[in-house]
Amino acid sequence: MKKVDIDQKMDIRDILSNLEDYTPKRRGWTWRKKVDNLQVGPHTYTDCSEPLENSIGIPAAVRYFENLDPQPQETITTEIASGRFEDDIRRMRMAAWHGADHIMVIRTAGQSHYDGLIEGSPQGIGGIPVTRKQVRAQRKALDFIEEEVGRPINYHSYVSGVAGPDIAVMFAEEGVNGAHQDPQYNVLYRNINMIRSFVDAAESKKVMAWADMAQIDGAHNANATARDAWKVMPELMVQHGLNSIFSHKVGMKKEDICLSTVPPSAAPVPCTKYDLPYAVALRDIFSEYKMRAQQNTKYITSSSREATVTHVMNMMISKLTSADIQSTITPDEGRNVPWHMFNIEACDTAKQTLVGLDGLLNMVELKKDGYLPEKVRELKERAVLYLEELLEVGGYYEAVEKGFFVDSGMYPERNGDGIVRKIDGGIGAGTVFERDEDYMAPVTAHYGYNNIAQYGEAAVDNPSSLIDGCTLEKPEKIIFINELDENDNVSNRLEESEKYRNTNMVKPEVEWLADGTVQVEIFLPTSKRVAEFAAIEFAKKMNLVDPEVMHTEVLHPSEGTRVQVKGKVEFDLDISTLEIPPEPEVMSDEELWEEIERKPIKVVAATVGEDEHSVGLREVIDIKHGGIEKWGIEVEYLGTSCPIEKLVDAAIELNADAILASTIISHDDIHYKNMKKIHEYAIEKGVRDKIMIACGGTQVTPEIAVKQGIDAGFGKTSKGVHVATFLVNKRREMERNED
Amino acid sequence: MKGHIKRDDDFKKRRAHLAKLSDEELKQRFWELAEKTVEPLLELARTHTSPSIERSVLLRMGFSSLEAKPLVEGAIDRGLIGKGVGHVVYRVSKEKNIPLRQTGLEMIEGKHWDDAVTIFKGGNR
Repeated sequence: MKKVDIDQKMDIRDILSNLEDYTPKRRGWTWRKKVDNLQVGPHTYTDCSEPLENSIGIPAAVRYFENLDPQPQETITTEIASGRFEDDIRRMRMAAWHGADHIMVIRTAGQSHYDGLIEGSPQGIGGIPVTRKQVRAQRKALDFIEEEVGRPINYHSYVSGVAGPDIAVMFAEEGVNGAHQDPQYNVLYRNINMIRSFVDAAESKKVMAWADMAQIDGAHNANATARDAWKVMPELMVQHGLNSIFSHKVGMKKEDICLSTVPPSAAPVPCTKYDLPYAVALRDIFSEYKMRAQQNTKYITSSSREATVTHVMNMMISKLTSADIQSTITPDEGRNVPWHMFNIEACDTAKQTLVGLDGLLNMVELKKDGYLPEKVRELKERAVLYLEELLEVGGYYEAVEKGFFVDSGMYPERNGDGIVRKIDGGIGAGTVFERDEDYMAPVTAHYGYNNIAQYGEAAVDNPSSLIDGCTLEKPEKIIFINELDENDNVSNRLEESEKYRNTNMVKPEVEWLADGTVQVEIFLPTSKRVAEFAAIEFAKKMNLVDPEVMHTEVLHPSEGTRVQVKGKVEFDLDISTLEIPPEPEVMSDEELWEEIERKPIKVVAATVGEDEHSVGLREVIDIKHGGIEKWGIEVEYLGTSCPIEKLVDAAIELNADAILASTIISHDDIHYKNMKKIHEYAIEKGVRDKIMIACGGTQVTPEIAVKQGIDAGFGKTSKGVHVATFLVNKRREMERNED
Repeated sequence: MKGHIKRDDDFKKRRAHLAKLSDEELKQRFWELAEKTVEPLLELARTHTSPSIERSVLLRMGFSSLEAKPLVEGAIDRGLIGKGVGHVVYRVSKEKNIPLRQTGLEMIEGKHWDDAVTIFKGGNR
């Protein structure tokens, strides 16, 4: 595959070609490299890491700070799995540009119960079928994407279900960098037999440890499942503890073991009173382990705004304590499988918040007496009491049988509603076998009893030497299966959307190429139920196919309701038919200085109409904001709410070259009407051919402004340099006409 | 089944024996108990295997997922899984002097199993 070109879309077919020969360029997890007192321009960052070579900053960075994009020290996760891995690759590239360096792939519904590896590239539901082909293609794509952004990207999925060890080996072979692995998750939420889960887990973890993968546990699921999420805190600590110490004893390094921790509650409950003591207690007890801070999803709704606020609140907890990996839940997760732009929003939210809170703990500290430490102590004691009773009843298996876990009481309170699993029940029961005395496995990273010595002492330290190396040492021994299903595969899907791949044809999309999905925001002055049904009709009249209400919010029971509707458009567009005006020209400082030096320009400026706004115009004028004064243009500023006549008269009186009018208020198109009046009044006064007229404002579209008769319009992204360039160009044109 | 107990929050009474512990001692106690809990789980894993573990061994030996599955099933059917399925293939390959991968593929076709049973003295059905 050729080197990535920023201006070219990723060629999915190219990624899929010669996959059978592709080997990952590295394995193991990579943390960001923290930089002490990172200096960027005039700012010093305390908690940031090495900058990227290519990235897109948050909107304010792009608008005001020339894409200033400091990278927080925390690894930032984004979860991408739309059901089609080939489309996910494009989203991964976008997410990497917005600061994600931990890409997590959610598995398709039901994969946990699939006894073996899934092969090929079938489409998934609510995730993707994780297969060797899919993993290899995505890791290969990320190998290129990470070079483009200039930072290693960690690729991650799940080692769970009844095929955990199979998947762990495949991941180790394919250079997957991190995985969820927690046998308790299998037991409690997937009803997989507990003996099988723990026996398999030891093997999986041993393989993951060999591959230096970071492990994330599954304890956060108790939070999402519990009736009152904040009451499960003592148990969460127990679950984290059991998986962590089990993993370590199998051979994982503590620094590769990450707790998946979620602030258990969310507003409107006073969540910080629960979440902060819990976060502190957890970090005290697990001081040798890593924290992967997940967002609370227990109380998520279809409101993307609310989900974003929860995300920010949760990151405040991260900053007040610590996080090694900061997860992002997309703000649309409460209503659909995440869309492209919401992955990006979530990454931006993380970056914005973590950078905004840079250096927080240099300025504030957590109290060492009173409510906080008292609660911290109480939580730890409750967790210890939990373990004491767990051992009293006979151990882990017995405790699960007795419904210890996910009970809705705050331990030691018990409500008798915990999840109960039987030691001899669940999927895979009765499939664990005792190893005989001569049991042997001639491979690397195998856990437990392994009688290699029967074939000579020489191989004891290196079992795979018996077979001249296993796939972990000799990747050429891996058997790559391409496809098993001639209908359900990536080639057929690519064919279907071929019309839109690298052609002039485009269609809106939210997850899959040309899926046609769009979202419409509607306010209706009716009650909620009426609004929901009316919104669907409006969507149909907008030619949206299969419209669905995805979110409603009552603004008042009778005055009105906000409705967000999604639907599909069935038409597309040939972009070669578009008439796109060229981007505004910008002259260099030298050229502008030289031209104004040659012949000065005088400008009269004001905000016209009944309008008191002055910020935008001042930024275009003032030297300190990069305004036109910078190049020596002389400006007479008449202030705000200036009548049209006064502005034009002043220009005549001062013998000005140009009029600069700011028109912010756009109600009833008053901004365009005022532009027309300036033009007409200048004609009336007989000066129109001598004086240049330019108008700007946040709601101004340049093309429409010019139609009012003036010489130039400037929208919200315009800066002084655009105005100065226009003035110089226009004057040159006028001078040419005089000759 | 016993269990499903309901109990009011008796934390204040129950914690009495922990009250005197320092924070560090409390932390130490947490980890001692956690370790004690996982010890029997680790021992069980050390001494047992499963179809998934054996498939993962065969994957590492250079068999595909489609090949690993029938080999493990063949071993379970003949009471040989306790020997290690990779072991069975390895030993047959050695005894009959057939390359390892070829041995496995032939076993998938049903060959060599009787010899395997003989070699491992009938296994533990």
